Amino acid sequence: MSKTKLVVAGNGMVGHQFLQSIADSGQLEQFEITVFCEETRLAYDRVHLSAYFSGSSAEDLAMGDAEMYRNWGLNVLTGEKVSAIDRDNKSVTTDKGTELAYDKLVLATGSFPFVPPVPGHDRQQCLVYRTIDDLDAIAAVAEKSKVGVVVGGGLLGLEAAKALTDLGLETHVVEFAPRLMAVQLDDGGGAMLRHKIEELGVKVHTEKNTQLIDDGENHFHKMNFADGEVLETDLILFSAGIRPRDELARQCDLETGERGGIVINNQCQTSDPDIYAIGECALWNKQIFGLVAPGNQMAKVAVTHLIEGSGSFTGADMSTKLKLMGVDVASIGDAHGRTPGSRNYTFIDEQTEVYKKLVVSEDNKLLLGAILVGDAEEYGTLLQYMLNGIHLPEFPDSLILPNRGDDQQTGLGVAALPETAQVCSCHDVTKGDVRAAIDGGCCTIGDVKGATKAATGCGGCAALVTDLVNHELEELGIEVNRDICEHFPHTRQDLYNLIRVEGIRSFSELLAKHGQGHGCEICRPAVGNILASCWNDYILTESNVSLQDTNDTFMANMQKDGTYSIVPRVPGGEITPDKLIALGQVAKKYNLYTKITGGQRVDLFGARLEQLPPIWQELIDSGFETGHAYGKSLRTVKSCVGSTWCRFGVDDSAGLAIELEDRYKGLRAPHKIKFAVSGCTRECAEAQSKDIGVIATENGWNLYVCGNGGMKPRHGDLFATDLDKDTLIRYIDCILMFYIKTADRLQRTSVWMDNLEGGLDYLQQVIINDSLSLNDELAEQMKQVIESYQCEWKTTLQSPEALKRFRHFVNSETSDDNIVFVEERQQIRPARLDEKAELIAQPIKMVS
Amino acid sequence: MTSSTHWTTVCKQTDLVLDSGICALVNEIQVALFCLPSQDAVFAIANTDPFSQANVLSRGLVGSLGEDLVVASPVYKQHFCLRSGRCFEDESQSISSWPARIENGNVEILI
Ligand code: SRM
Ligand SMILES: Cc1cc2nc3c(=O)[nH]c(=O)nc-3n(C[C@H](O)[C@H](O)[C@H](O)COP(=O)(O)OP(=O)(O)OC[C@H]3O[C@@H](n4cnc5c(N)ncnc54)[C@H](O)[C@@H]3O)c2cc1C
Ligand code: SF4
Ligand code: FES
Repeated sequence: MSKTKLVVAGNGMVGHQFLQSIADSGQLEQFEITVFCEETRLAYDRVHLSAYFSGSSAEDLAMGDAEMYRNWGLNVLTGEKVSAIDRDNKSVTTDKGTELAYDKLVLATGSFPFVPPVPGHDRQQCLVYRTIDDLDAIAAVAEKSKVGVVVGGGLLGLEAAKALTDLGLETHVVEFAPRLMAVQLDDGGGAMLRHKIEELGVKVHTEKNTQLIDDGENHFHKMNFADGEVLETDLILFSAGIRPRDELARQCDLETGERGGIVINNQCQTSDPDIYAIGECALWNKQIFGLVAPGNQMAKVAVTHLIEGSGSFTGADMSTKLKLMGVDVASIGDAHGRTPGSRNYTFIDEQTEVYKKLVVSEDNKLLLGAILVGDAEEYGTLLQYMLNGIHLPEFPDSLILPNRGDDQQTGLGVAALPETAQVCSCHDVTKGDVRAAIDGGCCTIGDVKGATKAATGCGGCAALVTDLVNHELEELGIEVNRDICEHFPHTRQDLYNLIRVEGIRSFSELLAKHGQGHGCEICRPAVGNILASCWNDYILTESNVSLQDTNDTFMANMQKDGTYSIVPRVPGGEITPDKLIALGQVAKKYNLYTKITGGQRVDLFGARLEQLPPIWQELIDSGFETGHAYGKSLRTVKSCVGSTWCRFGVDDSAGLAIELEDRYKGLRAPHKIKFAVSGCTRECAEAQSKDIGVIATENGWNLYVCGNGGMKPRHGDLFATDLDKDTLIRYIDCILMFYIKTADRLQRTSVWMDNLEGGLDYLQQVIINDSLSLNDELAEQMKQVIESYQCEWKTTLQSPEALKRFRHFVNSETSDDNIVFVEERQQIRPARLDEKAELIAQPIKMVS
Repeated sequence: MTSSTHWTTVCKQTDLVLDSGICALVNEIQVALFCLPSQDAVFAIANTDPFSQANVLSRGLVGSLGEDLVVASPVYKQHFCLRSGRCFEDESQSISSWPARIENGNVEILI
């Protein structure tokens, strides 16, 4: 059988998908394929084009690969463009004069950026944003420019604006319509987006109609608008929409749309059945799809039709979620509420600058569309409601109202999705496809991504896909791989138990018995931490030295310039005037920046490595101990002043805070631990936001557990009420040791609790009812840690061997000349790079 | 690797810290030295972390990434190859490295 001669014009994203789909079908043999590619590069990821400005190279973006194409037996000609089609003789001619016959021809020519025919649009330094070559041109002009204007405030225009700001230009966006992203957003959403973008320094001009571009006085161009205003700029970037590249179709009289585009049927055939058109050049049902997902679907349909004579394209969802200049924006379905009878729910929070709108059906049962600006976390859930016609909850607004913790969970669990639910629209992957991949042997997110391509496009579905994969694996009883890293086939909890049970005292012993390789920055500190939780040896004993992060090694916190900060312990935040004075004297002597921390103590910044021992010697002489600000360990026990002074206090909160801090100081745990004690329900110490929170009552102490501030705040759970002090302390001993035993690496108590099967109830069973008969053991382990406490700095100052490391150079007494400070608000701060360049010639005098 | 033909003595073998790093000043250049007893070897790479511009790589954690021996920057945790100075996260930020050895109890490098 002779092979079908297949010619493809265009090797962009969709042209590549077309070739990939033939390869996937295993039918490459059937065809003799020639691909013409106008650009000098093979297909690359245009969706992530902007990443080219933030560090990705052309290679990183590449999708097509010459060797892979060669292995597929394709003949690919780059830098060569099809210039004419002869339908009668079934052949194409190229701009280089090649003539080639075809049996089937595929047009995947994409689109070009529309440049409004304003007089002056073709001046130098007027550019567009579509190809890697365009980006190179932009970078070259930007180098000698100060101001840049993007014409067009749509999705691509805003992305281009981001690129210009990244290139350091003062950036303006000029939009003809009254709002940004007019296609995807309504007035409210557009206004919120505008506000947020302006805050980032981009100037937005709406309702501006450019009439003429000519020479500027202070800058290269002057843009003259219809309303008489002018704007001067050095660079103009047109991003005013796209136009399908249908010139070949027009030349050979294929049917095209009134406003451009090559007309195709449901099989992606043009008006000539031997010619297909796919991607952005194709017009289906009077629609051009300016997104890659529908183009990829067309490519797949064309391939199935070529090979099997079946398959059809039935339109595509145009919902999108993006991050524009760091602002989350999403638009789903009928965002403008054009469906007759539809109704809206709108939520606007001017405080956090969030805008959310739902469009629902007349009967309140179905989600038709949505707009999210500022926070698009619900995108995945809402999209599933819309695509799958899932009935809305009784109060649909609960889907966009902030979760204040008291209402029931409104997110849509992955279990509720039907098998046909599309979880990744870029690659048209359904829940069923993911399950099939897992049935076919995929055991990790990585495997599933590789097999289905889910979450490898825009990435908007990554969270949903991860949830789904984990859920499915767990359903099948397959353990999700939670190994700590490549060096140990064990979880942190396993390692903890191995170290405890086998009495292992060093990393090398553990590695020899249970691991491989050399360790890394994940397992080394984790093991160092477990060893400390179990045995509490001095952290700088020789066998432990190489396990510590720089902060633990030097018992101080490294700052951005390589200097360190010092935080002596101030138990409960209570400090004598003498000690305050001593702190001030040390800071003054060594010229350190001082600041009161959020943990009720004082931080001294800007110490050089070699200054740490003398500073600590003075602090210890004044009665201070290390504050463990560097360790995954107890940080502070915050207090309020309590009944001693406060007219409302019902118990001595400061006294208890000091006692607790002294008890648990030095305790190493999977993550840092913070406590607070308040003297009454007014809660001035904010105990409910701490890992361990204690609040005085008329009858004793209430204990709260697993609260958190930080990135994801969590209110502590009320664990037990009206406890006497001994019981309180025993509970805390056991809870902390149980956490140390069972938590994951770097898991705060809040996340630990959220993942603890059985939750608070279970923890109360274990600790209060001793359901695992573990309490005596846990209490004993805590006792050992408490009894073996030592101030690490005190020990270090007595060890000449350990002190050897506290110098910058092993072979010179000079100090690092790259550390330079300038003065601000009467104190030092690290010099910025530009300041350094000037100052390095005359560094300010340092005390050493 | 950048190299000359002259071995410069930098410090004593006993100055090294096993499985960890120290910093030496050689011809005005800050060199981070790492000693890996399991490999019976010393490695020398630049001490400046290109991402933070701070002179701190000698204070990073050593380990392995697949077959490669690496140090993780203590500031933002990028990995650098102890043999070649290659940066695993961003090749364009790779740093200098020099051949190193121990001779008669001294650490020497070709710089
Ligand atoms: C100095 C201080 C800020 C200040 O000027 O006030 C500070 C400074 C740092 N915090 Fe903090 N945090 C400080 C109080 C807090 C607080 C407030 C508190 O403790 O009441 C919080 C929120 C409460 C909480 O933790 O739940 C806080 C939440 C964080 C987090 C987020 C933790 C989370 O679970 O989301 C991090 C990041 C981490 O630990 O991974 C962090 C990390 C850091 C690091 C270690 C970041 C770093 O790697 O360089 C900073 C090092 C400081 C240094 O060099 O000394 N810091 N940090 C405060 C030191 C308190 C102290 O006396 O020890
Ligand atoms: C900056 C930017 C960001 C984007 N972001 C997103 C996004 O977040 N999500 C999304 O879904 N989409 C996004 N898009 C759109 C997406 O890139 C396009 O939908 C997709 O590239 C269309 O693929 P295509 O193959 O149809 O066209 P193209 O990728 O444009 O490929 C067409 C190729 O054909 C070549 N060609 C044209 N005529 C000929 C000829 N006669 N002979 C030979 N070769 C020819 C062209 O030079 C071009 O290389 C973005 C686009 C840009 C520019
Ligand atoms: S909030 Fe961020 S910047 Fe401020 S101290 Fe904490 S970690 Fe550093
Ligand atoms: S939806 Fe874009 S990657 Fe899945």
